[in-house]
Amino acid sequence: MESMTPSFLSPGSCGKPEHLSRRTLLRGAGLVGLSWLTPLSQQLAIGAEKSRSRPKSVIVLWLQGGASQLETFDPHPDSAISYGSTSIKTAVKGIEFGGGLERTAGLANEFSVLRSVTGDEGDHARAMYHTKTGFRPFPGVIHPSIGAVMCHELPVPVTGGKPLDIPTHISILPSAFPARGGYLGARFDAFQVGNPVRPVADLSSRVDSKRDEKRFKSLSVLEESFAAGRIPDLEGKRTLHRTSIESAKAMMNSEQLAAFDVSKRPASERNAYGDTPFGRSCLAALELVQAGVRCVEVTLKGWDTHINNHELHLKQNEILDPALASLISGLKERDLYEDTILLVGTEFGRTPKLNVTEGRDHWPHGFSVLLGGGGLRGGLAIGETDPSGEKTEPARKVKVDDVHATILSALGIDYESELTTPIGRPLPLSEGRLIRELL
Amino acid sequence: MQFRRLRLPGALLLFPVLVILLTVVVAHLLKTEPVAPLEGSVIPEEAEERIHTVDAAFLREWAARDILPAPEADVLTLIRRLSLALTGATPSLEELRRLDTLPTEADPVQSWLDHLFADPRYHHYFAERLTRAFVGVETGPFLVYRRRRLVNWLTEELATNRPYDAMIRDLIASEGVWTTNPETNFITATVIQNGDNKGPDEVKLAARTSRAFLGISLDCMQCHDDKFGDYWKQSHFHELAAFYAQAEMSLTGVREARSKDYEVAYLGEVDPGIVDASVPFQPDLLPESGNRRARLARWITHDENRTFARAAVNRTWALLTGRPLHSPVDEIPLEGPFPVGMEELTDFFIAEKHDYQALIRIIAASEPFRRDSRSADPTTPVTRAQEVAWAAFPITPLRSEQVAGSVIQAASLQALDQDVHVITKFRRFGETRDFVKRYGDQGENEFAEEAGTIPQRLLLMNGKLVAERTGPNPIMNSATRIANYSPSNEEALNVAFLATLTRLPNEREREHFIPQLSEFKKKGKDRAMADVFWALINSTEFSWNR
Repeated sequence: MESMTPSFLSPGSCGKPEHLSRRTLLRGAGLVGLSWLTPLSQQLAIGAEKSRSRPKSVIVLWLQGGASQLETFDPHPDSAISYGSTSIKTAVKGIEFGGGLERTAGLANEFSVLRSVTGDEGDHARAMYHTKTGFRPFPGVIHPSIGAVMCHELPVPVTGGKPLDIPTHISILPSAFPARGGYLGARFDAFQVGNPVRPVADLSSRVDSKRDEKRFKSLSVLEESFAAGRIPDLEGKRTLHRTSIESAKAMMNSEQLAAFDVSKRPASERNAYGDTPFGRSCLAALELVQAGVRCVEVTLKGWDTHINNHELHLKQNEILDPALASLISGLKERDLYEDTILLVGTEFGRTPKLNVTEGRDHWPHGFSVLLGGGGLRGGLAIGETDPSGEKTEPARKVKVDDVHATILSALGIDYESELTTPIGRPLPLSEGRLIRELL
Repeated sequence: MQFRRLRLPGALLLFPVLVILLTVVVAHLLKTEPVAPLEGSVIPEEAEERIHTVDAAFLREWAARDILPAPEADVLTLIRRLSLALTGATPSLEELRRLDTLPTEADPVQSWLDHLFADPRYHHYFAERLTRAFVGVETGPFLVYRRRRLVNWLTEELATNRPYDAMIRDLIASEGVWTTNPETNFITATVIQNGDNKGPDEVKLAARTSRAFLGISLDCMQCHDDKFGDYWKQSHFHELAAFYAQAEMSLTGVREARSKDYEVAYLGEVDPGIVDASVPFQPDLLPESGNRRARLARWITHDENRTFARAAVNRTWALLTGRPLHSPVDEIPLEGPFPVGMEELTDFFIAEKHDYQALIRIIAASEPFRRDSRSADPTTPVTRAQEVAWAAFPITPLRSEQVAGSVIQAASLQALDQDVHVITKFRRFGETRDFVKRYGDQGENEFAEEAGTIPQRLLLMNGKLVAERTGPNPIMNSATRIANYSPSNEEALNVAFLATLTRLPNEREREHFIPQLSEFKKKGKDRAMADVFWALINSTEFSWNR
C-alpha cells in the first residue's frame, strides 16, 4: 500500500493542474480510490477532467451465458446452420440482425458489429474473465476489467465543480462475475446494485439522526485511541478507514443518488426501455453516465441456451431490443453518445449446429460484439463467420484483446503501457491490437 | 392451502406452553456454567533453544540498525492475533473466560495454541487458506474438480497434524478419482475439457507448483527467459511442466501415462520439440525411479531442497501475521538474500520434520510476533522502520471472512465452534457467505494490504449483518444480553470491548461510553448498547489486525 503513496508534485512543480501529467495525477487519485479525494487532488482532478476531449464513459451491456451470434447480430438465414431462425434488415444495407431486434436494427448506422470475435475459453467463468479483462485467467494475478482500468487511468470525474460523490464504476444486476479491480485493488471493483426499482442497499442509516450522531462521536473516540502510539498517518497512508467512512456518508447524503432512481423519470421514457429489470437498468445507466460515472455494466442473464435455443433467444431479444435501442436514442438525445462508448458483449457465442435438445452449445470461435458511440465509426460489420459453420477461423478475426485495446485507445489511454502488478510482474493494460476500421 | 383457525381454548393452552418454552431457551442461553479450564502448557526446553536461535537473528538485526523494539504485546492482543489467524474470528467471551483458569506457570500463547489446534475451526479455516494457495478460488472444470473435497481432505490432514511434506507429496503425485482421492483435485483443478489438448494442464500445474511449493514465480518464463536476472530460462518452466505431462484423465481418475511426451516451441522456434522433465536446480536430489510426478514430489519435499521449507515458512508467517517475511509471498529469491529470520525458521521446520503445528508454535513464540503494534509512549509512536524490521507488529487488513466471522462471534457469548447447534452453524454459513460477497473477497491475493473501500464501510455501517447481530434481541445477541444482565455499566462496557476488540476500554473510552449507558435505567439500554457495539465494529481497530 505504501509503495503507492503519491508524491503529487515533482520537485519544481508549480502545482497548477495543467502542469501536471495525467500519470502524476493518477498516482494521487489511485491512493484515495474512486472519487474521494483530498482538497489538493480535487483541484487536480477538476483541472484534468476539464481538459479532456476524449470519450468520458463506457456502458457495457453484458449478455451473460453466451448469446448466439446466429440469433442476434450475425444471422445466416439462408444457411443450414440457421435451422429456421429468422433475420431482419437493418438501417444499413447488407447488414441483417436476428428476429426480435427490430428497433436496434433501425439504429444500425449508430454502431458497428464485430462478427468475428474469438476467445480461447469455452467455460463460462473463464471466458467471462477473458472477455471482461482481455486476459486469460492465470494463477497468481487477477486482471482488472475495462471499467477498473479506465477508473484507474482517467481523472476522477467532476460534476458541479467537485468530484463525484457516487462510485465511478458501477455494475447493475451483477452476475456472479461482476467487473473487478483485480490487481488494481478492491477499490476499483464495480459498485454493485440491484434492480433500480429498489433503493440501493446500505445507503440509509438504520437509526435516527440523534443516535447516528452519537455513534460517530463514539467512533472518533475509538479512532483516537487506536492511533495513539501507532505509525504516524496510519489512516492517510494505509487504512483510509475514516476517509472511506466520510466518503460513504457523503454518498449517503448525495443528490447524485437520484441517478440510481429511475422511478422519477416520465412513464413514457421508462416504458420505452421495456418494463423489465434490464430495461430499467439501462435507463439507470444513462442517468449515471449523465451524472458523470465512468463505467456502468448492466447484465442481462439467460443466454445460455443449451436447450430450445431459438425460442429462448427470441424472448431475450424482446428484452434486449427496446432497452438497447432506447439507450442509444437516449444517449443521442442527451448529447452523450460522442462521450460514451457503448459495448454489448458476451463471453462466447453458440455452436453453428443445433444439439439434440434444439440448443446451441458454447462457441468461442467467432461470436458477435457490438461497439458504438465515443466517436467510433458506426454502420460497419467487421469480420465474417463461416455460413456452413465448419470453419473455426472467421475471416478478419478479432481477438477479445483487440476489443479492449480499441476501447482503451478511444478513451485516450495508452493501452500498451505497463503497470507493475502486486506480484512484481509488469503487465500491459492490453495485449490486443487496434481495430483500425473503427477509429 | 388454507390454514385452520385456532380456536380460543387451544390458543389459551398454547400460550403458557410457549412462555415455558421461551423461559427454558432463555435460561439455557443465559446459564453461566463454569467454563472448562484451559490446560496450561509451557515451551519445552529443547524448543526454547530453537526459539532463541530465531529470536537472536532479529535481535542482532535490530541492534545493528539501532532499532528499538516496540514493547511486548499483552496476552489478549496475542490471543486475538492467533484466533483471527487460525479460526478466522476473534475469540469468544466464553473462551476468554477460560484464560482465567490457566495455571500461573503456563505460557498463555502456547496454551492458547493447544486449545486452537484441537478446535475444528482451525482445521477448517486453515484448510481453506492453504487451498487458496494450492489451487486458488476458481470453481474450476465441471464435474472433475471438487474443491470442497480438497478442502475437507486438507481439514483432516491438519486435524491429525500430518507432516506438511507428506501432504504436499500426495497433492502432486496421487492417482485416483477426485471424489474418493480428494488430493487429486490439485491436478484436476487444471483440467482442460475442450479442444485438442484435453487433460491436466501442465503449464498451470508448473506455475502453481513453483509458486505454492517452492515460493518461486516462474510465470514469466512460460514465454521467455527472465528479463530481470540471468538464471531463469524459459526451459526451466517447461522442463518443470514436463513432470506433469504424463498425468491424464481416465475412467479410474487421474493416472500416469508413461508414454506421453510434452512438446513446446520455445521463443524464436517455429516447430515444437519434445521437452524432457528436469528440475531447475539441485538435480542431484531428483530420484531416478518412480513416475514423473512421484519423482517431482520427492525432489520438491527433499530435506535438502530448502526452497520447499522456505516457501512454507514464508506463507505460514504471513498467515499468522498478515504479512510475509519476503513479499510477494511466492517470489523468494532462489539464492537470497533472505529476510531476517527466514533461514533460521527454515532450519527449524526441516529439523522438526515438517511438523506444521510446530512451525506455527515457533512463529507465535518469536520476538516479532510478541511485539506490540504501538509504542508505550504515544508521543514517540512506532516508526515505519520498526515495522519493516519486525520490531513492531504490522497493522494489516483483516480478510472479509475474518471481519464477518468476528461480527458473528462478537454477537455470541459462546464460542461458535463444533458444539453449537446446526441451525447456528447454518445461519453463520449463510451470513458469512452473503457478507463476503458484498465486502469483497481478495481471492488468491491473500496478502494484498488494501485500504478499506466505501462499499465495505457502507456494509458495516448500514448493512443487515451488523444491524441484526447487534440490535435489541435478548435471545440471539450478546449486546442486548450484556446490556440487560451486566451487574454494572462498567462491567457491561468491559464485556462489550472484550467481545469486539478483545481488550478492555481505556480511561478516555470509559469516560465517553459510561455516560451513554448510564442515560438509561432499563428501557433503552439495549439500544444504547447496540450503539456501543456499532461504534466498536465500525472502528479501524475491528477491521485491522494489530
